[in-house]
Amino acid sequence: MGQISLSQVTKSFGDVNVIPPLDLEINEGEFVVFVGPSGCGKSTLLRLIAGLEDVTSGHIAIDGQDATDVPPAKRGLAMVFQSYALYPHMTVRKNIAFPLRMAKLDQAAQDKKVEEAARVLNLTDYLDRRPGQLSGGQRQRVAIGRAIVREPAAFLFDEPLSNLDAALRVNMRLEISELHKQLDTTMIYVTHDQVEAMTMADKIVVLRAGNIEQVGSPLELYRRPQNKFVAGFIGSPKMNFLTGATAAAYDAQTIGIRPEHLEVSRDSGDWKGVVGVSEHLGSDTFFHVPVPDSDDPLTVRASGEVDLKRGEEIFLTPIQEHLHRFDDQGLAIR
Amino acid sequence: MATKASRASARLMISPAVILLLGWMIIPLSMTLYFSFLRYNLLQPGPTPFVGWENYYWFFTDPSFSAAMINTLVLVGGVLTITTVGGICFALLLDRPMFGQGIIRIMVIAPFFVMPTVSGLVWKNMFMNPVNGIFGRIATSLGFQPVDFFGQIPMASIILIVSWMWLPFATLILLTALQSLDQEQLEAAEMDGANWRNRFWFIMLPHMARAITVVILIQTIFLLSIFAEILVTTNGGPGVATTNLTYLIYVSSLLQFDVGIGSAGGVVAIILANIVALFLMRMIGKNLDA
Amino acid sequence: MARAVPTRTKWFNTATAGTLGFLMFFPILWILILSFKTEEDAIRAPLEVLFASDWTTQSYGAVQERSDYFKHFMNSVTISVGSTLLGLIIAIPAAWAMAFVPAKRTKDVLMWMLSTKMLPPVGVLIPIYLIFRDFGLLDTRVGLTFVLMMINLPIIIWMLYTYFKEIPGEILEAARMDGATLREEVIYVLTPMAIPGMASTVLLNIILAWNEAFWSLQLTSSDAAPLTQFIASYSSPEGLFYAKLSAASIMAIAPILIMGWFSQKQLVRGLTFGAVK
Repeated sequence: MGQISLSQVTKSFGDVNVIPPLDLEINEGEFVVFVGPSGCGKSTLLRLIAGLEDVTSGHIAIDGQDATDVPPAKRGLAMVFQSYALYPHMTVRKNIAFPLRMAKLDQAAQDKKVEEAARVLNLTDYLDRRPGQLSGGQRQRVAIGRAIVREPAAFLFDEPLSNLDAALRVNMRLEISELHKQLDTTMIYVTHDQVEAMTMADKIVVLRAGNIEQVGSPLELYRRPQNKFVAGFIGSPKMNFLTGATAAAYDAQTIGIRPEHLEVSRDSGDWKGVVGVSEHLGSDTFFHVPVPDSDDPLTVRASGEVDLKRGEEIFLTPIQEHLHRFDDQGLAIR
Repeated sequence: MATKASRASARLMISPAVILLLGWMIIPLSMTLYFSFLRYNLLQPGPTPFVGWENYYWFFTDPSFSAAMINTLVLVGGVLTITTVGGICFALLLDRPMFGQGIIRIMVIAPFFVMPTVSGLVWKNMFMNPVNGIFGRIATSLGFQPVDFFGQIPMASIILIVSWMWLPFATLILLTALQSLDQEQLEAAEMDGANWRNRFWFIMLPHMARAITVVILIQTIFLLSIFAEILVTTNGGPGVATTNLTYLIYVSSLLQFDVGIGSAGGVVAIILANIVALFLMRMIGKNLDA
Repeated sequence: MARAVPTRTKWFNTATAGTLGFLMFFPILWILILSFKTEEDAIRAPLEVLFASDWTTQSYGAVQERSDYFKHFMNSVTISVGSTLLGLIIAIPAAWAMAFVPAKRTKDVLMWMLSTKMLPPVGVLIPIYLIFRDFGLLDTRVGLTFVLMMINLPIIIWMLYTYFKEIPGEILEAARMDGATLREEVIYVLTPMAIPGMASTVLLNIILAWNEAFWSLQLTSSDAAPLTQFIASYSSPEGLFYAKLSAASIMAIAPILIMGWFSQKQLVRGLTFGAVK
């Protein structure tokens, strides 16, 4: 259960074409993350799958059945919204039980499932409270609980962590990953945060302006980005890009090198620069080094022990096997 | 969330309201317009011939018309000035920290809930009556000649009564606007060296500007139609000293039964109100986009 | 962050605002006092009224006897509650549709509805009066109820619209994902969330209808006269009547005063059509 395929799906709002024809296969049990900058159409895509928006053309199939015109409730999918969308006038228990009540399940079965979900999500003590009395993380879990009890073919998450603070976000990330391992159900997760994508996904779908830029596992995207956009979007800190003569030396319009793939030396190397701002994180240190053929200073990742002063002259050497070359279209040259 | 099926049912759900309001607007309006071109008096049965602009001519040349126009302007202008300035002061005052704020606010707002006929009569008898009214008693006990409010200063008296009723409205709205002002903005201004007067002038007042405009426009709409307060206190007199446009039309149509001239007056009143409404609607419309 | 304010400043503010508040409230307080006096005492000098006269409730009885207060009270209740509920029945579907299924021209429709509220009543006085006369609706509760419903309908629709608008769309979508049909969505999710807003709408409109004076004075005289018209009958003085006028006034404004205090916040929204919140 939980295999979803989109074929030639498009969506326009009036004259604005948000999703150009798009094909995508999501396999059973996969954790798929849609990632991209805001306004790239990732949420729209999720809502098309959920059935909250009508597709303009194309087909959506769930488990081999055409679901294009099936109303959202009948698709067997559950969704966790960005605002959690909890019913403020119902207790946690009633919130979680709501889909079961709509499915006309008998009371005993409802109670059993709610108790079970509450136990998994550590919500047992809060079942009789209202959403207004809960913290952000608890609300988030209630929203997930409401999704779990339906035993859906797939879970849809729409930026579920964006309203939480940083520490809680890391926690919930782990909890959701753990949940995926336990339930082994397809999950589709939308985020603009590439860290979430990298840490949680089996498969990442990078979107820009409604187009799929690349689909692949986190490491595939990291190691072999198909174009400049994906290269720049995946990985933190961002990849450095150089143009001009430096790039021409490698027979490319633009070359890209990640901060962790630059070697630093005080004596010799390919590119010369002067150390600017440095950020000490303890384990790592990031140096920002202005060089001629890059608009922004290059970011260099060094171990925490390396101590370079502002204004010191240094040499940088890219590790050749990790160098990415792009043509004038921004496509990777292999 | 909009799907095709829901669009159709939405249209069906709006239609009763639209049809009713459309009927409410178009039928009486076109009748008023039509009557305003007829010689039509309920006391004179018989044909009601078409007379063109004659009714408008009579209405405009009636000396009470110009008096009523001036009275309307004085009434609206006077009440607006008092309530807006007073409302700003009250709002600023009520926004400050104090004990029993809730109770004080309730006392200030209370007059708004008093029906117009009650406030008219209460002020006329218990306060402004030269013999038994409180103002008269106070004047007499201090050795002054009591003021005959409705004889000597009828318009000012009505302005006072109406202002008493509308000052709470202005206060309430301006206070709401003031309370939505971000405190950090004021603290930032204080850090920037702005004293209280500067903070009022450069931060609070601009913040309230919108609300002030809304207060003025909405009150104007209601004040143009002031009627009950005049009816129970002065009956438009002495002479026509407190006859406003609304009252004049009431007199010519339902007391003199001249439907034609009354209708012509009605058309004039509609045009006047529409000028104000145009500005008000633009303000509300802007807010709808935001 | 709220800053600590010196107690002296607070007392000073309290005294200033309290005095002004008392002055604003004084006329109401005064008629409350007069209503418990005899007619003879009610016209004495203010200090004598306060300290040198007895208290009595006879005026309240007299008002009922003299002019059948209760009948007019019931007229006011019937007309204001009736016009509000009728308006609600028409307004709820309209506001719901405009808030949740917005079309391109929804905004124009809303604005047009509001504009009907700007129409000066005196501009349509004659046609309405003549229509009422011809259909035998003058001085009937049905007639006045209908007119008050019509003049308040735009406010009801507008207020409901702004309240419905505040219900996040995601919650309704969540309900739909959870398998709720449109009917279940309305019953289990939308209605419970909309009830507070509807309650304030009802409250404000009862207040407005209760205090409405123009049409009540023009279209009713005795049988259907609500309290606004009933009080106006006191405008022709007949001997000593301060105490009775006070008692009648207190009974006419008390219910609305109490309701009004509960709905201060909603009042702002309702009367400014959402332009100030």
